[in-house]
Amino acid sequence: MSVRGTLRALPTLLRVGVSEAVAYRAEMLVWVLGTTMPFISMALWTAVARYEPVGRYDSHDFVRYFLAIFVVRQMTGAYAAWQINYEVRQGTLAMRLLRPISPLWSYAAENLGTFPLRLLLVVPLTLFSVFTLGTRSVPGTAWGWGFFLLALVGGWLITFLANVLIGSLSLYIESSNRLMDLWFAFFMICSGYLYPVELFPPLLRGLLGWLPFRYQVGLPAELMTNAHGFTEALGLLGLQWSWVALLLGLSILSWKRGLKRFAAYGG
Amino acid sequence: MFRRYLRLLKVRLRASSLLAMQYQADFLLDGLISLFWMASALVPLFVVFQSAQRQIEGWSFGESLLVIGWFTLLQGILEGAINPSLQGVVEHIRKGTLDFVLLKPADAQFLVSTENFLPWRAINLVAALIIFGYGFHLIGRGPSLLGVAISLVLLGTSVLLLYSLWILTVCAAFYVVKVDNLTYLFSSIFDAARWPAPVFRGVLAFVFTFVIPLAVMTTFPAEAMLGRLPWTALVWALLGSLLFAFFSRRVWLHSIGRYTSASS
Repeated sequence: MSVRGTLRALPTLLRVGVSEAVAYRAEMLVWVLGTTMPFISMALWTAVARYEPVGRYDSHDFVRYFLAIFVVRQMTGAYAAWQINYEVRQGTLAMRLLRPISPLWSYAAENLGTFPLRLLLVVPLTLFSVFTLGTRSVPGTAWGWGFFLLALVGGWLITFLANVLIGSLSLYIESSNRLMDLWFAFFMICSGYLYPVELFPPLLRGLLGWLPFRYQVGLPAELMTNAHGFTEALGLLGLQWSWVALLLGLSILSWKRGLKRFAAYGG
Repeated sequence: MFRRYLRLLKVRLRASSLLAMQYQADFLLDGLISLFWMASALVPLFVVFQSAQRQIEGWSFGESLLVIGWFTLLQGILEGAINPSLQGVVEHIRKGTLDFVLLKPADAQFLVSTENFLPWRAINLVAALIIFGYGFHLIGRGPSLLGVAISLVLLGTSVLLLYSLWILTVCAAFYVVKVDNLTYLFSSIFDAARWPAPVFRGVLAFVFTFVIPLAVMTTFPAEAMLGRLPWTALVWALLGSLLFAFFSRRVWLHSIGRYTSASS
C-alpha cells in the first residue's frame, strides 16, 4: 500500500484502538494495577534513604524518581509480542494480512490507542508530584521538555520494536513467549525500573549504557527529573535513537522473512 | 475418601511430569529460565546492600537474605503447584469446558487445583536452601531447632494463604469474563514479599498485613528462624490463614453455585 494510503488509514486505526481500550477498560485497569512495582521500590528506597542519602538521592528524590518511572512505564507500554504469538498460533494473523495495510501499523495503532486513557492517570499523578515535591519533578527548561518527549517516543519505539522482533520469531519457532519473558527479566534488572541506573556498581554501569533496556524507561525518567546536563542528555539520546534504528531494521527484516513462512495453521 | 484423593493426586502428578518432559527443549529452557529468574531476584538486594554495613529498618544483609530465601521457596510453590492449575480454570470458564470438570465424581475445587504441575520449579527449593545457608553464614550463627520447627509450621500457613488468595482470584473469573491478566497482577503484587515487612509503612503496611498478607508469608518465617518471632504472631498467622482458607472455600462454593455453563 502506498505511503499516502497508510497515512490516510492511520487516524481511523488509532480511533479503533482508542475505542478498544475504552471497551476493555476493566482489563486495562488490571494491567495498570500490575505495574505498581515502582511504588514498592519507592517504599523500599525511601526506607533505605531515611537516615542518610544514597548517592545523590535522598527520600524525596526517590519518590520523585519512582513517580517518573511509573509515568514513563505507562506511556511506553507495548504488548505486540503476545498479540503476534497468539495470532500466529491461532491463524488469525491471516485476517490481518488480507487488509491492504501492514499488520505492524495496526499493532502500533492498537498499542497507542490505550494512551488517552493512560493520560487520565498519568497527568494527575505528575501534577501531584509537582505540587508535593516541587517543580523539579518535571523538566525545568524548554530543551528539557523537548528532550524528555523525544526520549519518551524513543522509549516507546524501542519497547514496541523489541516486541515486534521477538513476536515475529514465533513465525520461525513454535512460540517466542519465553524469549519475551527473558527480555522482560533483563528489562527488570537493567532498565532503572527497580532502582536508578546510577546506583548500579560502577563496573556494570558502563555496560548498561550499551544495552537497550535503560533507554526504555530509565532515560526518559532521568530526563523528566533533570538528572542530566545538555550535552550528556544529547549523547544519551543519540544512543537511544541508534537502538531505535537498529531494532527497526532488525524487526522489519525478521517480520518480512518470517511472513513468507507463515502458513495460517488452523486458519 | 482421603485415600482416594491421595491416589488421585498421585496420578495427576505423574501426568504433569510426563507432560513436562514431552517437549525436551522446552523442559531444559524452562530450567534455565527459572535459574535466571532466581538470580535476577537477588540483584536488587545486592544493589541495596552495596555498602556492607547498611541496614534497612533494622534488617541486615544476612537477615534480608532469609526473607528472600522464603520468597524463593514460596515462589516455587506458587509457580510450580498453584498458578498453572488455576490458570487453567480461567480458560475452562471462557471455553465452557468447566462443565466436564463439574461432571466428574470428585470435588471440583480439588480437581481444578491439581490439574497441572511444573516439576522444574522444585529447583527453587534447592536455591532457597543455598540462600538460607549463605544468609546464616553471614549472620554468623545457625538457626535454633525450635525456630526451624516454627518456620515450617508457618510454611504451611503461607501456602494455605497463597492458595486461598488464588482461589479468590479465580472466583473473580466467574463474574468478570476477561481475566487472563489476573496471574500477572497476582505475581506482581507477590513480588513485594521479597522485602522485609518493616520497609512498608502507612497504607502499604496495612494492606500487606491484613488484605494481602505478604508480611505473614515471608517475614514471619524469617523472624522465626532468627528466633525473634513473638508467640502471638504465630497464633495470629495460624488463625488468619485458617480463616482465609474457610472464607475462600465459601466463596468458591458460592461462585460455582452461580455458574451457568457457557452452553446454556
